[in-house]
Amino acid sequence: MYSEKVMDHFVNPRNVGEIEDADGVGQVGNVKCGDIMKMYLKIEDDTIVDVKFKTFGCGSAIATSSIATEMIMGKSVEDAVALTNRAVVEALDGLPSQKVHCSVLAEQAVKAAIYDYAQKSGIVIKGLENFVPTDDHDHHDHEEEDEE
Amino acid sequence: MKKRIYLDYSATTPIKKEVLDEMMPYFSELYGNPSSIYSFGREAKKALDFARDRIAKAIGATSKEIFFTGGGSEADNWAIKGIAYANRQKGNHIITTKTEHHAVLHVCQYLEKNGFEVTYLDVDEYGIIDLNQLREAITDKTILITIMFVNNEIGTIQPIKEIGKVAKERGIYFHTDAVQALGNVSIDVKELGVDLMNFSSHKIYGPKGVGAIYIKKGVKLHPLIHGGAQERKRRAGTENVSAIVGFGKAVELAVENLDGHIAHLNKLRDKLIKGIQENIDYVKLNGHPTERHPGNVHVCFEFIEGESLLLSLDMVGIAGSSGSACTSGSLDPSHVLMAIGLTHEIAHGSLRLTVGDFTTEEDIDYVIENLKVIVDRLRQMSPLYERVKGGQ
Repeated sequence: MYSEKVMDHFVNPRNVGEIEDADGVGQVGNVKCGDIMKMYLKIEDDTIVDVKFKTFGCGSAIATSSIATEMIMGKSVEDAVALTNRAVVEALDGLPSQKVHCSVLAEQAVKAAIYDYAQKSGIVIKGLENFVPTDDHDHHDHEEEDEE
Repeated sequence: MKKRIYLDYSATTPIKKEVLDEMMPYFSELYGNPSSIYSFGREAKKALDFARDRIAKAIGATSKEIFFTGGGSEADNWAIKGIAYANRQKGNHIITTKTEHHAVLHVCQYLEKNGFEVTYLDVDEYGIIDLNQLREAITDKTILITIMFVNNEIGTIQPIKEIGKVAKERGIYFHTDAVQALGNVSIDVKELGVDLMNFSSHKIYGPKGVGAIYIKKGVKLHPLIHGGAQERKRRAGTENVSAIVGFGKAVELAVENLDGHIAHLNKLRDKLIKGIQENIDYVKLNGHPTERHPGNVHVCFEFIEGESLLLSLDMVGIAGSSGSACTSGSLDPSHVLMAIGLTHEIAHGSLRLTVGDFTTEEDIDYVIENLKVIVDRLRQMSPLYERVKGGQ
């Protein structure tokens, strides 16, 4: 059901934990739907120098969080904002269709953490002008698999 | 080879050797069609009748009241649709519960779209219905009460005998899905007062794809599968003879060994529950403390999610199941866990482990040891667990 890449990131998740003096913290998802991701960023000179995450959720929620942290580590804030859920899915060699929302959550977690950083620093970041942090994420933006 | 421990006996069971041995000749040597009149057919017919007798004897029925089906789900469909359509002139109301198997719930929902009305009874925190609510739900239009014997998820045993009395008093047909009950609790259809009861072979160490239904003499219901005179014109289709032979043997073994089986399962189940409760914090046992399936352990671990738990268990060779949304294939956790009043947050962390005849004490020790490590690892990753740690 899951690719080897997904299983690798699930079994050996990268960058799990918290950053005490984080410059930006973002949390997305809610307990009702069963996924919560919390991302911590350490930012120096507009570059992400450290990133950690904590996730409550299924295997793909943990794997998408893990690979997203790898994908933004060392990147500029602007590049990190540009991370898409599609890129996360590709980096994991694909996700089952009913799990694609996990990648959306990972993208949102990164954006929420950067948004928090922007708020704290009083700056506006390109690509986040219209970002609205929310606990909700839309489960329905992908095709439901036919059960029959 | 990597250690593998199967703790999902409520999902399916391996075929026992004695069962397979009896089945084998019916794949090749004794291949006749039971409907044929020549010797080949008569041999096969004899085997069917023998299996039917065994099953009838096991549940206190007569052979003419036992009909073979292609499994438990087909039998559920047949019982409910068959009664509904044959008794439509009497009424269009069916009573069931919120915790039925989908083979019952989805049939009821289908009938609702076709002019029937269905009452879904609540259950208490343990999963047991309220007999008063059942009595109050009955109307002049009620034609069927369908309530499962043993719940497949949380293992709760319903008061079938009491429900049977209520149904009898009011002259309403009573069907119970006994798929998880057969071989795990003592069954006597007369004593229980049921009109229809169905079973599945592969839950009791028999082959898959075969089941049976007890239909009390005189009960009016339409066939589900039309097209032939098999099963006394009530269920068409050439019988799956080898599977039926196996099912018959499996039922016989299950009833012969019932007490030993229950004692073995209870011992392992209680050891597993105790081990989990003593080694892991923030865990809730679901289902009834005593009125439960002898091999069912159903727990919720707070702050973690069921699918990641199952994947982690699988990594160390342990097979279990969960009612979390991610494993149910829908957005909501299991309807059973919602019906017993669990919050989404708690229900997402559910785990069902069911022990069986081939489970050993060493298996349980291995599971407890690994479960502890896995739950702790997932909690260390969970943002929900931070709060708790912070408070300590």
